[in-house]
Amino acid sequence: MKARQQRMLAVGLAVVGLAIAAALTLRAFKDNMMFFVSVSEVAAGEYPKDRNFRVGGLVVEGSIERDPGSLDVTFTVTDLRCDVAVTYTGVLPDLFREGQGVVAHGRMNNDVFIADEVLAKHDENYMAPEVAESLAQHVDEQTASLQEYDTECGKS
Amino acid sequence: MWTFFHKLASPPHFYRLAKTLIPWFAVPGYLLLVYGTYAGLFLAPPDYQQGDAFRIIYVHVPAAYLSMMAYMILAVAGGIGLIWRMKLAHAVAASAAPIGASFTFLALATGSIWGRPMWGTWWEWTDPRLMSELILLFLYFGYMALRGAIDDTAKADKASAVLALVGAVNVPIIHFSVEWWSSLHQGPTLVREGGPAMDTAMLYPLLAMIFGFTFVFGAMLLRRIRTEVLHRERRTRWVKDLVLAD
Repeated sequence: MKARQQRMLAVGLAVVGLAIAAALTLRAFKDNMMFFVSVSEVAAGEYPKDRNFRVGGLVVEGSIERDPGSLDVTFTVTDLRCDVAVTYTGVLPDLFREGQGVVAHGRMNNDVFIADEVLAKHDENYMAPEVAESLAQHVDEQTASLQEYDTECGKS
Repeated sequence: MWTFFHKLASPPHFYRLAKTLIPWFAVPGYLLLVYGTYAGLFLAPPDYQQGDAFRIIYVHVPAAYLSMMAYMILAVAGGIGLIWRMKLAHAVAASAAPIGASFTFLALATGSIWGRPMWGTWWEWTDPRLMSELILLFLYFGYMALRGAIDDTAKADKASAVLALVGAVNVPIIHFSVEWWSSLHQGPTLVREGGPAMDTAMLYPLLAMIFGFTFVFGAMLLRRIRTEVLHRERRTRWVKDLVLAD
């Protein structure tokens, strides 16, 4: 084997070895790498109980209730399988609205998530408002078919 | 074919070749940037969710793409330099690092400015996409610091090439971070199953900006390689002849 081929082999093996090491490390820390847990995991009790955490999901249509005298707001977050009620006091981001993906930070207290921070997520779709309107009808049909999601959710 | 590569790797030949190539990158690059900026700001419609704020995508996405692209150049050039002992490859890697670091900073800054109104936060320390891109910036800093810390060019080349190869594992992590883990960041809009999820009136300016950024990056890289080659070959005959000819 020529010296150049030896170097090629060494570099190749090092890169492959590093990739495997990185993959194993990331697997081991998979749960810690999650920015938020899903609503289903919260409903199943699979969330950190001794510290604050983040829960992510969609704001349920018609669930937003604002207290007229303060910044208090309550709403329900869903992952289309399970629901969780959220209360929050403070200013919400511009994108916060019904049907929007949100990530709330806080802790669970008697089946209610007490949030101290609510962030909004946007998806990967970009389109003009007119296009979105013409699509809205189609989306309504889609959400209608997803209404009966509560059945398999194991609420504790 | 091999003679072409051997000739390409010769510093004086590449020094001259780069000079001819620069305008072929710079001119289309800047033309695309002018069109992309105008079309992105005035021709593309506002987004149905984000309104006009989405237009920062025309800087954010090209910068983020080039931050990863430049690192791949760093790693591949470093690998070629290690295996084939090609000095020009190390010069390419050394030249690419500061440009890549700048684009990484630009991607982080524009992302932060975009995140404040849309997500409601400038920065989240536990988000996988944000953190992996920040690690990329630190990898560039480490690469440049390592180079600067070793006086002997050959040793600096070898050590930094190893660091570049080790850090390359982060590039796929950045790309797939939004798919492997939950993140505040959106999923991919352009490179996804079923084609880009974007109106064509928004998409064409974005593609123009991506290619424009890439061409301008190429021109900047070639200019930096020329300077780097001159500096490295400063004691050789051809550089002395070049200086005397002026």
